[in-house]
Amino acid sequence: MIDQLLDSSVLIGIAASGIRLATPYLYAAIGETFGQRSGVLNLGVEGIMLMGAFSGFWAVYTSGSLALGVLAALLVGLLMGLGTAFINVTLKAEQGISGIGIFLFGLGLSELLFQQSFDGVVTVRGFPKIRVPLLSEVPVIGEIFFQHNLLVYVAFALVPIAWFVLNRTTLGLKIRAVGQNPQAADAMGISVARVRYLTVTFGGMMAAMAGASLSIALLNVFQQNMTAGQGFIAVALVYFGSWRPFGVMAGALLFSTVNALQLWVRTKGIDIPAEYASMAPYLLTILALVLAAQRVDQPAALTKPFERGE
Amino acid sequence: MKNRWILLIALLIAALALAACGGDDKEETPTPQPPATEVATEAATEAATEAATEEAPTEEAATEEAATEATEAATQEVAMAPEETATVEATEEAVTEEAATEEAATEEAAAAEAAATPRPINIELPEGRTFRVAVVTPSTGTDLAFSQSMADSLAEVQAALGEDRFEYAISENLFVVEDAATAIRDYATQGYDLVIAHGSQYGSSLEEIAPDFPEVAFAWGTTVNTFKDEGINNVYAYEARSEQGGYVFGVMAARLTQSNVIGVVGPIETGDAKLYIDGFVAGVKSVNPEIDPIVNYIQSFGDLALAAEAAGAMLANGADVLTGTAQMVPGAIQKASEEGALWFGTQANQTNLAPEIVVANQVYDWTVVLEEIINRVLAGELGGEAYAITLENGGLRIEYNEDYALPEDVRAAADAAVEAIVSGEVDVMAAIEELAGAPATEEATEAAEEVTPTPTSGG
Repeated sequence: MIDQLLDSSVLIGIAASGIRLATPYLYAAIGETFGQRSGVLNLGVEGIMLMGAFSGFWAVYTSGSLALGVLAALLVGLLMGLGTAFINVTLKAEQGISGIGIFLFGLGLSELLFQQSFDGVVTVRGFPKIRVPLLSEVPVIGEIFFQHNLLVYVAFALVPIAWFVLNRTTLGLKIRAVGQNPQAADAMGISVARVRYLTVTFGGMMAAMAGASLSIALLNVFQQNMTAGQGFIAVALVYFGSWRPFGVMAGALLFSTVNALQLWVRTKGIDIPAEYASMAPYLLTILALVLAAQRVDQPAALTKPFERGE
Repeated sequence: MKNRWILLIALLIAALALAACGGDDKEETPTPQPPATEVATEAATEAATEAATEEAPTEEAATEEAATEATEAATQEVAMAPEETATVEATEEAVTEEAATEEAATEEAAAAEAAATPRPINIELPEGRTFRVAVVTPSTGTDLAFSQSMADSLAEVQAALGEDRFEYAISENLFVVEDAATAIRDYATQGYDLVIAHGSQYGSSLEEIAPDFPEVAFAWGTTVNTFKDEGINNVYAYEARSEQGGYVFGVMAARLTQSNVIGVVGPIETGDAKLYIDGFVAGVKSVNPEIDPIVNYIQSFGDLALAAEAAGAMLANGADVLTGTAQMVPGAIQKASEEGALWFGTQANQTNLAPEIVVANQVYDWTVVLEEIINRVLAGELGGEAYAITLENGGLRIEYNEDYALPEDVRAAADAAVEAIVSGEVDVMAAIEELAGAPATEEATEAAEEVTPTPTSGG
């Protein structure tokens, strides 16, 4: 039973599948990490993902240009991120509730636009697989890591960049200061609002990219509510990763690999009730989250609107 | 601090549950709200009628009885005529189809065209009467699957009867049962002639709502349960015998595969998805018992990425023919087209997603059922019967992809399988049960018997 899964081709299949599945989570969760590090929880990631997925798909479908698709997604993400920042930072809305509102807005609008623009489900030519020269020839490693489309590589490249920006730059310092102690940051002359606008807008753009990575790179199709809850998982992964980019990546990979594993388990005809197998990634994430809860350093000002004054 | 954590974890679990459900289509759907005055008036009328009934029960009952008798007599006469025409036409159609089958080898394209032509709509709408139908569906009408099949069928009926004589309203995306129940109640209040709950999850809501609106006809699919046993007489049931097309596709898939590895991506093991997949497996086994199709129910109706990876795992295992059912299959189709594996579609025509790999689609045409139910409602009967679309009555159509060069012997085998199912030579349900290793269970037999064949199948 287990030996069926230990075949090298199976292990390669699971790992490569896990990496593909992790890609949208990575974009969304890395973007969300910035927002949360500065003290803003955006539960609307899912809605922005759907809007990004639609706008990227629409642009590629009408223009045929992948670059325009990415640009369209980033632009829509920017607008929705700005909207989110306006609601949460300027209007100081309750972040959990406003996030659900943004999710519903994105869900409804993406579907409305889809129905207005298309007669039904259609496909586009998305990002092709890129075989990285030399590296893709390496046995095992090459097959797992170096035979994906461009947006997969970009997602993983984002992780060290995000780590560097958060931990090694002045901007990162400001973001962390605003998230830990906005009063002190404000006293130091940092504009809390500006930093939060920046991080939330960036988060919106990344969420939109997450959606686009599905609609124009991994699946090349748009369908109403195609993200199926992935945006919420991405928010959970930020907690899972203790607000650290590499932790977030570990979480995304764990979740996705277990998901890929359960698909392969049943493909191999191993008789596990489908319901239990499908639950596994979620159960594991909750378990890890509860364990991680003991040692996290959550940004102290997370979900708290900043009020200047005594 | 502690409280916040509990809150967050609760929130997370809720989100995960939502995600796990797959089709979390929660949305502020624009449920049609009747103008307040209308509701008030109707409520008042209802109350008044009720009061009247209580006050003068005997008189009312007597009048009602007389009226019913008169209507019944009329109904029988009216009903006879269209039924006869329908049968004649069906026979004609069958003859044509048979002829086409015989000539299939030479005139494949023509036959495909004939099969794809919509059947004539046969509804006897009295002069000056406008029939109004409302439908509640779990996904969008453009999902290339379950909900679209109903939306398309309604559009077809409307095209036949005219927009002014046949009106319909659809509330889409009501995956959440509570939202659907609200919409169903709204529609019933607004006096629609027929309210269709197009989703097996809506059953208990309908059981609750239908008795409150004894003058409105309801229909529930896909199921065979009309709640007749619960004393409810205004609910029709309908279902798709999707195992029939599944079986035909299984026969074709087993002949088309080179690797003898065949994959199936399913949502949740229930309803017409399960029927289709079980039928498909039975069809494969009927040709080559050695092949064990890989069946993966991914527990989601909406997760395209998961469907894609499930298909990817099958392809990596050597599968060269795939099929699947429900709204998330576009993900799997894309994966199949990347690898050049063949695809069989069901519920709606999916050829445009990947014209180079789609072999054929089983298309649901609900007009057979709609026609039957509407004619009965017009005759004053509001429920109590169960209907099914089948290959025999034309509700299930096999639409071939003309761009795919299907070997002639495979096409012939498919036509033979269709004929065998229509003639009763092959009983797909029995084949499925045999595979499951259990003798025909009482429950299944009963369920099958409960389905009243539509008159078109009676010939």
